[in-house]
Formats: sequence, structure tokens, C-alpha cells
Amino acid sequence: MNELVSSQYVIEAIYLIASALFILSLKWMSSPTTARHGVWAGELGMLLAVAGTLLHHGIVDYTWVIVGLVLGTGIGIPLGFVQMTAVPQRTALSHAFGALCVTLVGTAEYYLQTPNVPRFTMAVLSAEVILGGLTFTGSLMAAGKLQEILPQRPITYKGQNVVNLGILGLAVGLAVYLVLHPGATHLFPLMVGIAVLFGVLLIIPIGGADMPTVISLLNSYAGLSAAAMGFVLNNKLLIIAGALDGSSGLILSVIMSKAMNRSFTNVLFGGFGQDQTIAGKQEAKPVRTATAEEAAAILSAANKVVIVPGYGMAVAQAQHKVRELYDSLTKRGVDVRFAIHPVAGRMPGHMNVLLAEADIPYDRLMDMEDINSDFPQTDVALVIGANDVTNPAARNDTASPIYGMPILDVDKARTVMVIKRGMSPGFAGIDNPLYYLDHTLMLFGDAKGFVGNIVRELTGGGH
Amino acid sequence: MSSNLIDLLFIFMLACFIGFEVIRRVSPLLHTPLMSLTNALDAIAVVGAIVMAGEHKTTFATILGTIAIAAATSNIVGGFLITDRMLKMFKSSRPTKP
Repeated sequence: MNELVSSQYVIEAIYLIASALFILSLKWMSSPTTARHGVWAGELGMLLAVAGTLLHHGIVDYTWVIVGLVLGTGIGIPLGFVQMTAVPQRTALSHAFGALCVTLVGTAEYYLQTPNVPRFTMAVLSAEVILGGLTFTGSLMAAGKLQEILPQRPITYKGQNVVNLGILGLAVGLAVYLVLHPGATHLFPLMVGIAVLFGVLLIIPIGGADMPTVISLLNSYAGLSAAAMGFVLNNKLLIIAGALDGSSGLILSVIMSKAMNRSFTNVLFGGFGQDQTIAGKQEAKPVRTATAEEAAAILSAANKVVIVPGYGMAVAQAQHKVRELYDSLTKRGVDVRFAIHPVAGRMPGHMNVLLAEADIPYDRLMDMEDINSDFPQTDVALVIGANDVTNPAARNDTASPIYGMPILDVDKARTVMVIKRGMSPGFAGIDNPLYYLDHTLMLFGDAKGFVGNIVRELTGGGH
Repeated sequence: MSSNLIDLLFIFMLACFIGFEVIRRVSPLLHTPLMSLTNALDAIAVVGAIVMAGEHKTTFATILGTIAIAAATSNIVGGFLITDRMLKMFKSSRPTKP
């Protein structure tokens, strides 16, 4: 008996240390110089927590524990080595795995405790499996859209929001009933099933450009469901880790939705794609174009260049050519920096990772707030694969669907160059007045190929 | 029981505030690795799954527990691996050490 009690104390002490390490881990993420310590602290905390849990006196058979750990390691290693362009879908997939774990444990716990489930336990258990269930399928849907297995265009129909809210309401109603009558075992699978269905329906109307917000929101749900699981199992470490993850996801979603000037409800229930008709009224306005040779001449004559990368750069895999451009311009004494919009790419911070992978120093990557005041002193703003985040209509056209969205003020640079495949509007289907300005040059072509041509002109200019 | 529940709510509330304060300071530069790191930390749910599978109370609970361990472990292993890979790539142009 005494041994039981003392092993319980040992486990609690280990969890206490692990909690501290988790907080330190996130604290060290504040700067790129200490961030790797953060990973090590997290790893150490995790190792301690798992080792401590294996001491748990209730564990009678380690066979299945080991099977699970080995299987998970086998799945985890390839997921740790995906390409950097595939990180958004990998992240969505791991949200799905995390939510799956929480939902399964919650379900098993319910059937172990039923019919004598205390009311509070039943309430948090319901929260756990509803949040877990909807995050599981929602994240799978998001991963499918990002991997382009599923159509990226938003799929909308009349009354969609009413249907979705009704289904969520049904799940919550069942949860309330189960709190009052925890013995109603036949209703539990129904509640989980409805949550799982809701996850699918929630993501169907969401388009690719809204993915940064949605991934962050799913991150937050995954954290909250883990915290709920901590309440069910009376595990403080889980509550802390879940709360940290939940608040992290929430902060990121707030940043993302602010960067798009939209509320959560608007992202989840609005559907950008519904305004597609605007693209139709486009008339052929004249634009100025330039060749790679001309672009290279302008760039090499500049003192300050700001490159604005967008998702199109990632799609074209142009980041390594962009790095060559950065190198050859820097060698000529040109000051080159990168302007990163918060929602550029498919998840928060996606562009920074892609540019870091291409070996571009991180002190050259600037946030929107830091770089915007510098555009009037910039000789050339080079836009590669970005569209809506540079659209001046967001600033001055109240009729534009993106009016009010904070943008990168590239139009204030002395010369603007835009590398683009053609004149088709961006993801949101909105025309960009930037392209028709007198000081804008359109560089038509594939991002990777065109940047490569500019680099060739710059380096091989002698022959 | 009820005082324990209150304790847990206090812990949750405090952890949320710590989370907000700590995450707010993370540079937007590192938002992607931040998300993969919190994801790995969140997979601490594996401890619940280990107990579930190891206690062997019912076959049903053992099966669900085992799948849950595999799902969470893949997040731990994959999450830490990719976070470290990403962070290794972030280099400064100012040489710090030879």
C-alpha cells in the first residue's frame, strides 16, 4: 500500500517537472536563437512524462503499450521528414491524430465508467469527444484540401449555415441529455458520430486562402479537447499542455483573422468564394510588361529592393531561385529584404520556413508592420506569387470584398514588378488595381523560370 | 471531489494565462515551428492512452487505447523531428560564432 502511494507521488513529481519544461519550451520559442533549446526542453519533458506514466501501478500488461509506441514511432518518423512545402498538410494531419487519440480515450473512459458517471465528468467527457471528433474529421478534410486530394474551392449550398449550426446544436443537446442521464449508452456513439460529421461539414465551405485561420482554429480545438481529457482523467499535466496548445492556437487564429480583416464567424460561416461573380466584369485594361533582361537592369540599378513572396512562389518551388537572386543582388551591393504578410502561404509562418529552407537569413525576413513604412523609400518591390495581400483596393475601394484587410503597401515603391503567369485574378477572384499602375511592370511567366532568367542576366551579363 | 475540481479549474485558468503571455512573445517568423511544437507537446495525451491500454480492464478499452497510443506517439516523434528540422534552417546573416 505504501509503495502504491509513493509511486503516485513520484509520478506527480515527474509531471510537475514536465509541466515546467513544457512552459520553458514555449518560452524559448520566442527567438530563433533559443528556439532549439525549446525543442530539447519539450523532448525531455515528454520523455520524463512517458517514462513516469509507465510506472503507473494500474498497468498490468505492457504488450499493447509497446505495440502502440512502436507503431506510432513508425508512422511518426516519415511524418517528421516531409518536404517543407508539405508542412501545412502535415500539421493538419497531426491535429487529426491528436484529436483521434483524445476521442478514443474519451470513448473508452465513458464505457468503463458508465452508468455511474458523475455529472461534471460527463460534461467534460462530452466536451472532449465532441471537440475531438470534429477536430479529427475537420483536420483530415483540411489536410485533404491542402494536399489537393479534395477540391480546394469552397463548396457552398443554400442553408448551409443553418444545417451546420443545427447539427452542432444536436450534438450539444445530446451531451446535455447524457449529463443528466449518463446511462443512456446508445446515445453516446450518436453524439460522437454527429461531432465527426460536423467536422466534415465545417470544412467543406472553406477555401484554400482561409486555411491559415482554419488550421490555427483546429489547433486550438485539439488543445482544448486534450485539456478536457485532463479534467476527465484528473491529470494536471494534460490540463496544462492542453491549455498551452489551446491558447497558442487561439492567438494564431486571432492574428490570422485580423490579417484578413475577418471575424472567426466570417471565416467559418462566410465563404469568400461566394463573391466569384466580380471576376466576370473584368475589362482588358492596358498593362506595362518587361522582359527578364529589362527587369535585371532595373534591379541591379536599385539600392533597396523588397521581395514580396506569396503562395504562388511555393507552388512554383521558386524559393531556391529566389535565393540565387538574393545572392547576386546582395553581391552587387543592393539591399534586399523580404516582406512577409501574416497570411502568405497556407499556414501561419509558412513563407518564413520556405525562405529559411532556401538559406535566406532570417534577419532579412520582415513582418508587415516593420516593412510597410519602408516602401516609399524602396526602389523596387518585386512581387512573386502574391496577389490579394498586395491589392491596394483593400485600402481605398470600399466596394472591394477585401476592403479593410491590412496589405503590404507595395504600390508605394518607386517601381513595382509583379511576376505572374497571366492576368487571371487571385484565389479570392478579385481584380488587382496594382497591375494597372504607371510604375508597375508585369513580368509574365512561371515564377521559377522567370527568376532564373533574371539571375542569368545578372550573373552572366558579361557575355 | 468538488475541491479537487476547483483546483483543476484554477490550474486550467492559470495555464491559459501563461500560454497567452508566452505565445504572444513568439516572433511571427517562427509561427510554423511553434504550431508543430505545440502539437508535439499536446500529444502528452499519450499518458492517458498508456494507462488505458495498460490497465487492460476491457478488450474494447485496450484496443482503443492502443490505437490512441499510436496516434499520439506519431505526433510526438514526427512533431519534435520536424520542429527541430525547421529551426535548424533559420540562420542569421550576422555570423555569431566561427
